[in-house]
Amino acid sequence: MLKFIGRRALFAAFTILIVSAVVFAIFSFLPFDPAALTCGQRCTDQIVEANRVRLGFDKPIYEQYWLFLSGIFAGRTYGAGSAAFTCPAPSFGYSFNENACVTDMIREALPITISLAVGALILWLIVGIGLGIVAAKFKNRWPDTSSSVFVLLATSLPTFVTGLALLIWVTIKWKLVPLSLSGYTSLIDNPFKFFQYFILPWITLAIAYAAIYTRFTRAALLETLGEDYIRTARAKGVGERVVFFKHTLRAVLAPLITMAGLDFAGLIGGAIITETIFNLPGLGRLTLRSVYEFDLSVVLATTILAAVVVIVMNLIVDMLYAVLDPRVRIA
Amino acid sequence: MTELLRIQDLHVAFKTDDGMVRAVDGVSLTLNAGETVAIVGESGSGKTVTSLSVMGLHKKGSAEISGAISLNDHGTFKDVVSLNDDQIRDIRGRAVSMIFQDPMSSLHPYYKIGNQLAEAYLVHNPGKKKEAMARAIEMLDLVGIPEPAKRAVEFPHQFSGGMRQRVMIAMALMNSPQILIADEPTTALDVTVQAQILALLSKLKKEFNMGILLITHDLGVVAQVADRVNVMYAGRIVEEGAVDDIFYSPLAPYTLGLLKSVPRVTANNERLKAIPGQPPSLINLPVGCPFAPRCEYKQHSSESGCNSTKPELIGTSETHRSRCHIPEALRKDLFTKEVKELQS
Repeated sequence: MLKFIGRRALFAAFTILIVSAVVFAIFSFLPFDPAALTCGQRCTDQIVEANRVRLGFDKPIYEQYWLFLSGIFAGRTYGAGSAAFTCPAPSFGYSFNENACVTDMIREALPITISLAVGALILWLIVGIGLGIVAAKFKNRWPDTSSSVFVLLATSLPTFVTGLALLIWVTIKWKLVPLSLSGYTSLIDNPFKFFQYFILPWITLAIAYAAIYTRFTRAALLETLGEDYIRTARAKGVGERVVFFKHTLRAVLAPLITMAGLDFAGLIGGAIITETIFNLPGLGRLTLRSVYEFDLSVVLATTILAAVVVIVMNLIVDMLYAVLDPRVRIA
Repeated sequence: MTELLRIQDLHVAFKTDDGMVRAVDGVSLTLNAGETVAIVGESGSGKTVTSLSVMGLHKKGSAEISGAISLNDHGTFKDVVSLNDDQIRDIRGRAVSMIFQDPMSSLHPYYKIGNQLAEAYLVHNPGKKKEAMARAIEMLDLVGIPEPAKRAVEFPHQFSGGMRQRVMIAMALMNSPQILIADEPTTALDVTVQAQILALLSKLKKEFNMGILLITHDLGVVAQVADRVNVMYAGRIVEEGAVDDIFYSPLAPYTLGLLKSVPRVTANNERLKAIPGQPPSLINLPVGCPFAPRCEYKQHSSESGCNSTKPELIGTSETHRSRCHIPEALRKDLFTKEVKELQS
């Protein structure tokens, strides 16, 4: 098991290195002058050239990449003399648009996105798997039919429709959840406010995903119920409830966890639409804003971060799979 | 001889969109302690459906079952057809056990072998975890798995096909049932492993004084282990008799066809003599003998009965019975000659 984890971790680190190099290369070859983007309307060539030297854009690409990499581990100082400023490690660059270290910007946005993703994940796992179980248990009866109506509706409604609808009715018309103007409060500081802040975004995301999980759980359960080993369990005299909740559900767990891990990783990369609708200053919004403003150092950092999350989640899912499925351990 | 199982006039039909599929159409048979009774027939002849009925494993909604399956549960006879779900569940794995065709997929991939075996015991003896594990290891040892205590904590994928079938047998015997149903137990295995499994089944039959109901399409297996044979075609038994009756003096044209279609080592470049045609659809059975469209002896029938009525199961002797419209004496003559030719 340790050997398996070690090998996979090494492989993951290597993948991350390659991804960062590719992303860095793409951004370097974009037809923009990154130095020219650093100053506003009253710009002179002098300032541009000074910024070019300060940010290291005058150096060859491989050296820039090396500076970027070493910045992550050692921090990075821009400029020299009294004008010098430092982004401490881990430094992912400096945003001239915001006059801030990229790392600090991500540090502010990340908890919001993680709170959004974790809450939504929990919600959609409960609803999706729950409905899937009910649908499979009562196949072709009314609970199954109503759950497929939910699946159909939820998969066909895009998040900007459900999100806006929730906002308009629940917050503005029925005033069930107050419009939060005070901004993000962490779970530890004020749990009640935290839930108030996130409940609608959670529901918005969860609806879309729960539908997929309902359909998947139902299909996987019904398929497993037809397996030979389920017939064996019945032949032993095992009761229907144990057959369903032990033998059948256990077999469905591993693929469900794989799916959940990858979907979760995708959300950390940014639930752009949901964050925009509910005005959540998370990673998605940060990326979107940076793209509009050509804030390339931020886009570079968030892109690499999204890739890293996907790779790390893959690693975690693989390790979980090895725990859940005994057949994987030897491979 | 203790009677363990008596199936009487069993009918099983399944509702489908195309109509009722009459998978089993009036099957009667008995099984006694210490004997192996084979049910032989091609795919779709109703042999597996018959055996699943004994286990009560048909879904309540989809199958219509009538007739009687009287099963000896350690002294008291119970009619499986009329039992409710809980009563059938109580019999399964305790009074009657079953092993299946494909040992590769019949074990749960995520649970340890020992736990899967122990579960069979725990279902009928709740709470006795220690005894269950001890029994599991004892049974693994009995079916010839080396180092049973070590293998018990392994998973199914760490076992070969033959070993898994041994595990399935061990699981079936956890509660020392009197009846063992073996549904094509060797079909998915190598020939050498087949022989080992059959020998093991014979050995265990004596040890447990069980009756084995052997479902197979392999006449080689039947010749090796069966005491009595039931040949099924289109949901009905077309011939029943002692194993020698079936192999040396068959009386149903279908039985003879099966015997003739067994590949032979001595046949030089001869084509395999398969029975022509396909088994009939079980939704629209012909009015006459279901085998008539494929029967090459039809012209010997004195009456034109083959196409108009279904033949009855008529006894030549106390134990040997068959269904055919051709006069018995004529059949004996014709078929014995052909069997002799086959054996020369």
